[in-house]
Amino acid sequence: MSQAEAAGSLRAPRLLWTFGLLRSELLTTFRRWRTIALLAVLAGVPILVGIAVKIETSGGSSVGEGRGGGGGPAFISQITNNGLFLVFTALAATLPFFLPMAIGVIAGDAIAGEANSGTLRYLLVAPAGRTRLLLTKYATVMAFCLVATLVVAVSALTVGAILFPLGELTTISGTQISFTEGLGRALLIALIVAVSLIGVAALGLFVSTLTSSGIAAMATTVGLLITIQILDQIPQLHAIQPYFFSHYWLSFADLMRDPVYWDDLVKNLEIQALYAAVFGSAAWARFTAKDITA
Amino acid sequence: MAPYESDDSTTAGEADDLRAGRRKAARYVVPVAVVGVAAATIGLVPALADSGDPNLPKISAQQLIDKIAKSDVQQMSGTVKITTDLGLPNLGGLESSLTSGAGKSGDGSSADPTSKLTELATGTHTLRVAADGQDRQKLSLLENAAEYSIIHNGKDVWGYDSQSNEVYHSTGPAGAAKQRKEDVPATPQGLTKDALKSVDDTTSVTVEGTAQVAGRDAYRLVIKPKQSGSTVGQITVAVDSKTGLPLKFTLTPASGGAAVIDAGFTQVSFAAPSASTFHFTPPKGAKVTEDKQGDHAKGHFEGGPKADHKAGKFPGRPGKSDEGPGKGLDGLNVLGKGWSSIATFDTGGKGIPSGSKAGGQFGGFLDSLGDKVSGKFGSGTVFKTRLINALITDKGKVYVGAVTKDALVKAANAG
Repeated sequence: MSQAEAAGSLRAPRLLWTFGLLRSELLTTFRRWRTIALLAVLAGVPILVGIAVKIETSGGSSVGEGRGGGGGPAFISQITNNGLFLVFTALAATLPFFLPMAIGVIAGDAIAGEANSGTLRYLLVAPAGRTRLLLTKYATVMAFCLVATLVVAVSALTVGAILFPLGELTTISGTQISFTEGLGRALLIALIVAVSLIGVAALGLFVSTLTSSGIAAMATTVGLLITIQILDQIPQLHAIQPYFFSHYWLSFADLMRDPVYWDDLVKNLEIQALYAAVFGSAAWARFTAKDITA
Repeated sequence: MAPYESDDSTTAGEADDLRAGRRKAARYVVPVAVVGVAAATIGLVPALADSGDPNLPKISAQQLIDKIAKSDVQQMSGTVKITTDLGLPNLGGLESSLTSGAGKSGDGSSADPTSKLTELATGTHTLRVAADGQDRQKLSLLENAAEYSIIHNGKDVWGYDSQSNEVYHSTGPAGAAKQRKEDVPATPQGLTKDALKSVDDTTSVTVEGTAQVAGRDAYRLVIKPKQSGSTVGQITVAVDSKTGLPLKFTLTPASGGAAVIDAGFTQVSFAAPSASTFHFTPPKGAKVTEDKQGDHAKGHFEGGPKADHKAGKFPGRPGKSDEGPGKGLDGLNVLGKGWSSIATFDTGGKGIPSGSKAGGQFGGFLDSLGDKVSGKFGSGTVFKTRLINALITDKGKVYVGAVTKDALVKAANAG
């Protein structure tokens, strides 16, 4: 047996093993009752919004009439014309708090939860290595970001299709696009929203490596999220606000302009990549160097 | 490393611990380095991307002005960033609610161009412009998750407010198009045209070097008032060297500090925009407000917040605090000429009631916004912004101009 073959046969099972670890992590995470409950709550938001808009407009009036217009989440006034807009409204309504809170719970629980229940040391006894375990955990959290966003989008699309008409839609720039293109943009928006959560996920994972109490890690992550969201509203802090992970979140709406306005979208992706790099490496530095006592 | 490896407590183990501890600490260099690289990138990339001022053949100020006048860009699209800082007291949401309230009382549609374009008078806004010939133009005001567009296509003028899903429609004669295009405020062209109107013997116009705006080589045209007493420091216009289109307009006040108006393209293209850009059909369920008067829309455009320096006031800001509320502008006189001209008129009333007389909180609020002055004319209140100052005497005379407080008092004493 040549050296190359030996290396190959060594690498193949290790690679398989990584996927095995990822698969078992994914199964464990998505089989938990709390994960399913979180996803159920997220799926419920578009249903509530859809029914509320349907009831309010059943008398022929438009949304927000008499309140000067512009109330409520983005795109809400267009839902009655096109059910597809419920997808955008639902994402705009869940992105500031519901989605990142769910991510905070899953990410905060990732390492600290294992330490809390005393299972972390068994994971480390297996010859996986801490770096690989951390990467697997991060991949699982990102998978949850995507699934959570898609749950909101699919639930909104279903409710929108049942309650409201579908068809050609008008972009916020006033031009018209076909329903297929609108559906494509909705999918793109869902992906952008999922990517927007990468920063919070990395932050949550880092916090999770600091403590061995799952609850403390979740509370810290969600607390940081709320603090940042409040600071983002204070006009005097405008100099540092562009560096908050949540500052460009609502830029996904720029995909509904025609032509698409990319500036803020690109800034959002940059800031998410920066947060992922900084807190991901900080989590790695902490997790690979810490004494595991539980 | 196994979980309990560090439990070893021999002498050799302690030395290992020390080394291991250093190695552990060294890992934190990675996130710190990432932060450092990011900070350096944010700090350095704009500086490196600035490739210096382009080399362009020399041109005289007159030639450049001719170039602007002859500029006939038919097809273009671009993004404009406009920042206005008049130094008005920061009223926060109050001001915008006043503005929108005023717009609402007009004809009840938030898609009415008047109420929307007044918003441009404060803060930073992003606009998109597109034009294809004389008959098709589009101007969009980008808002958070919403957009306000004015679309002109043939004889139709549409205003669409995506936030409230309201549509404003008016039809005008197709011939009015050219005029309307020039009147669109807030774009560098519109502002430059207004500024060049005021060029006369009281103004010095020079070409000072070159600049790069939105990736295009441009000449810098500097317009400066010669007289003293004007609050206008200088106006800088970056003019595209190829097409003669003004790309950036900056008005700096004589008092220094940040620009009062800074409007410039951040991105510009001279290719024809796609035809669908100008195609608009009201979405189903949208509330459509029809404007019966054909020429009405043109008036709206002119009423926008363009800087009419000659008259020394902003038509788009009907003087919430500058002028007597609700009074007409009959008997408007202009004192002096050029940049330091002062508009004066008599409100016929008692002027702004002072706090004690007016009673209530409103009087006190007005007083807090202005400075009390007195002179031969009696006494009055000066309301200051960074560009426009206004003196309202207790006898009800109003002096407004882009001039300093002293110049206003002097004019009042003379009158």
